[in-house]
Amino acid sequence: MSGFAYLRGGCLTYWMLSFQEIVFKLKRYWADRGCIIQEPYDVEVGAGTMCPETFLRVLGPQPYRVAYVQPSRRQADGRYGDNPNRLFKHSQLQVILKPSPDDVIEQYLGSLEAIGIDLRKHDLKFEEDNWESPTLGAWGIGWQVMLDGLEITQFTYFQQCGGIDLDLVPAELTYGLERIGAFLQVRDSVYDIEWTKGFSYRDVRYLDELQYSVYNFEMADIATLWKLFELHEAEATRLLQAYDPKSPEKKRFPILPAYDQVLKCSNIFNTLDSRGAISVTERVGVIQRVRKIAVGVAQAWLDQQQEVLTAEVAR
Amino acid sequence: MSLPFLLEIGTEEIPDWMILGALESLHLLFEKAEIPHETVQLDATPRRLVLRAEGLPERQADSEERILGPAKSAPAQAVAGFARKQGVKPEDLATETTPKGEYYVFVKKVTGRATKDILAGSLAGMILQIYFPKAMYWTSKNGPRFIRPIRWIVALLGQEIVPFELAGVRSGALSAGHRRLGSPEITVTIEDYERRLRDHFVILSAEERRQKISKELAGVPVKMDRALLDTLVYITEYPTPISGNFDPQFLELPEEVLVTVMRHHQKYFSVEDAQGKLAPKFVAVMNIDADPEGFVRRGNERVLRARFNDARFFWETDQKKTLADRKQDLAHVTFQAKLGSYLEKTERMMALATELGGDARAVRGAELSKCDLTTELVKEFTELQGVVGGLYARVQGEPEPVWQAIYDHYKPESMEDSIPRNHTGQIVALADKLDTLRGCFRVGLIPTGSRDPFALRRAAQGVVKILVEGKFDLPLLDLIGGDEALQSFLEERVRFYFKDVRGHKYDEINAALAVGWSNLVDLEARLGRLQDLRSSPDFEPLAASFKRIRNILEQAKFAGADEIDESLLEPGPERDLYDEYRRIAGHPIETAISKLRPKVDLFFDKVLVNAPDARIRHNRLTLLNTLLKEFSTIADFSQIVTNF
Repeated sequence: MSGFAYLRGGCLTYWMLSFQEIVFKLKRYWADRGCIIQEPYDVEVGAGTMCPETFLRVLGPQPYRVAYVQPSRRQADGRYGDNPNRLFKHSQLQVILKPSPDDVIEQYLGSLEAIGIDLRKHDLKFEEDNWESPTLGAWGIGWQVMLDGLEITQFTYFQQCGGIDLDLVPAELTYGLERIGAFLQVRDSVYDIEWTKGFSYRDVRYLDELQYSVYNFEMADIATLWKLFELHEAEATRLLQAYDPKSPEKKRFPILPAYDQVLKCSNIFNTLDSRGAISVTERVGVIQRVRKIAVGVAQAWLDQQQEVLTAEVAR
Repeated sequence: MSLPFLLEIGTEEIPDWMILGALESLHLLFEKAEIPHETVQLDATPRRLVLRAEGLPERQADSEERILGPAKSAPAQAVAGFARKQGVKPEDLATETTPKGEYYVFVKKVTGRATKDILAGSLAGMILQIYFPKAMYWTSKNGPRFIRPIRWIVALLGQEIVPFELAGVRSGALSAGHRRLGSPEITVTIEDYERRLRDHFVILSAEERRQKISKELAGVPVKMDRALLDTLVYITEYPTPISGNFDPQFLELPEEVLVTVMRHHQKYFSVEDAQGKLAPKFVAVMNIDADPEGFVRRGNERVLRARFNDARFFWETDQKKTLADRKQDLAHVTFQAKLGSYLEKTERMMALATELGGDARAVRGAELSKCDLTTELVKEFTELQGVVGGLYARVQGEPEPVWQAIYDHYKPESMEDSIPRNHTGQIVALADKLDTLRGCFRVGLIPTGSRDPFALRRAAQGVVKILVEGKFDLPLLDLIGGDEALQSFLEERVRFYFKDVRGHKYDEINAALAVGWSNLVDLEARLGRLQDLRSSPDFEPLAASFKRIRNILEQAKFAGADEIDESLLEPGPERDLYDEYRRIAGHPIETAISKLRPKVDLFFDKVLVNAPDARIRHNRLTLLNTLLKEFSTIADFSQIVTNF
């Protein structure tokens, strides 16, 4: 699949999509289908799902369509830049189509063709994989999409988020961009992906991988992290307690900043976990604590949005 | 006129393991709808559930409904009123003689409904009732639920569309071909349905897909794997196998790891060389017709290489710390919140291994058995727990019985699975399972119905299987610390094992268990004897007599433990029975039975147990009780179901 041999006027031309070209093409593709193109969220997250653009926007009855690339941190997957396939921070292209269109799978297949994958020549399978995030009180039904044996996308019909049944069922498409890049460029190591002419993935990201692995596995101070976790948790809790559903001014209430605190907690939890500081028993308890504030935010957000909706209808 | 019927529910990809259950459910629902038909055929691919039936009537048979009116003697006004209500003239009413006299009656002709209308009214409901272990909604939270979104429906009766709507989808005659090789919309008729699908790269019959895979695999010595083949048949519409290779250097890794990566993570068949050893090849099954340019093969090879590289990385990293050095790390791995860490479990297992008669090697096996839970390889491939520990123990120089014990100690993982290959492994496996059972029952984690999160049924089944097949001549009940709930839980498993796995008759199991089951080796021997005895012509009659004896003793509330008083025995059948008893007492039932049976029969024929003289009566009851005790050591024969 690497270079495509193209016959143009009898002349053999060779081209290959760079990593960033793949991203551009996918964004263009979804922009053409009515999606808002967002930039990555500016608080650390473990997955594109956690961004407010997904977590909060899937709630409630308003349609929404958005696509964005989200650098996603998985502390425990860090390998000091040594492993050709595992990364502390990888890039997800997250697409939310709410409600999911009837031809959502055809649209998805179209996006693969848009980046030059000839689906008649490749093996594509949809294998059951139901996504669940206990921390977010969220789950969905779906597949991992396998292309020639490689998982390239997680496809999920969201059913619940923040413990709330969703009014409209959104389709969430999460593309693993490094995998797709390595696939298209036929690289055995993600570090050899050409980001753009003259720069490899290694040139751009290697130091992130090395230094964050050192920090997450060796140097992160456990006591400090716990303290930070508790501070962020307390701030989220304080805000949630202050939210008054009956207040006429509730539209002003900072639910979005409260959610940032949830994200901070989740990220610190992941660092503590990779540091080996959380026993299996404790794990369940800490997940419950994060879940509690996540669910609190989801409920408050929904309440706040209903207010906004009613106001719009009245107008 | 009889008509064929076709229903195709077109969906997004249904998980393979749910498909057969869904078809079965659809079939049942169709039968329940009571639409007459001759044959039904069900088929499925990941994207369609299909029901075809032959011989449906165009409409239901006409029927007559008899509505009873006023009596013949009723005033004309009442008769006219009844007739008006039925929409006829009084002279059109018939009369009928009933036990109460003669009555007017109106015979109402009910025209049978058109089958098409019945189907149109019931299919949507039928489809939504198909059972799936996990369903979803996709239109909105109040919308219909199904396994995956329904995208099209074909419903034809003869040449006509059966019209209905479900989840915004209207039924019609438009099906869909293969996602990438076929057309997204193909018009079908019942006659050309299967052929049209085939033209669009959908092989409707699972059997045919299976045969296509098998045929195209011919000549490649793959390790046949039925379950994998089933999965592949139901995740493809047009399966085509292709072979690929991997670097023979990876063969340095344990075969178990390589096979697991191929089988569980990539759904590949592994391939053997001429000597039956793992070859550096694999077979993947594509969902397209061909790979002429080798894209798919190379893609799969690259994925496998990456996976094997990961596995090698873990294998090498894990070697830096021995299993023995990992034992203390188990303090941080929770077994169960109320039951402590795996370190505590390990200590308990070591003690249990000794209690079970294990030697130092068994204790060593128990000590190291859980240490692989801290290895990277097991974190990555959890299904290889135990196996990985065994492999590391072998590399680290543990003696063969020890590493094999660690390797095997999760066995048997199912009723079909074998028990650990050596005695040491059997002890470690028993210690592991017994500890789990004892602990969970102690803290109240007892399985209910289908909820068994700790797989305690499997653990108990494993205990039974190992004790029997490993010939452990020891009392199981002494090992479970008098826990009554656990005792009856195990008894249920013992029954299941001997009945469903070993094929003993349930009444023989009742009979044998009634005299004890703590020593399962002894129980097995007694069941074997019982099975042989059953073919003796004397057996069932004797069993019937024993049942009679038991009833008599129960009715008499006999609780005596006295000696038989010979002087009270009446000459003839009673005395003969006693003498026979004296002669054969202590003999095995197998040799005694033919001598005993005629004497018992004669006794019951001629002797009245319930003699008027209380002393004689008591003595006779004592005789019967003695007999019952003497010959009920292998089983309580009165539990045998007989035709006598």
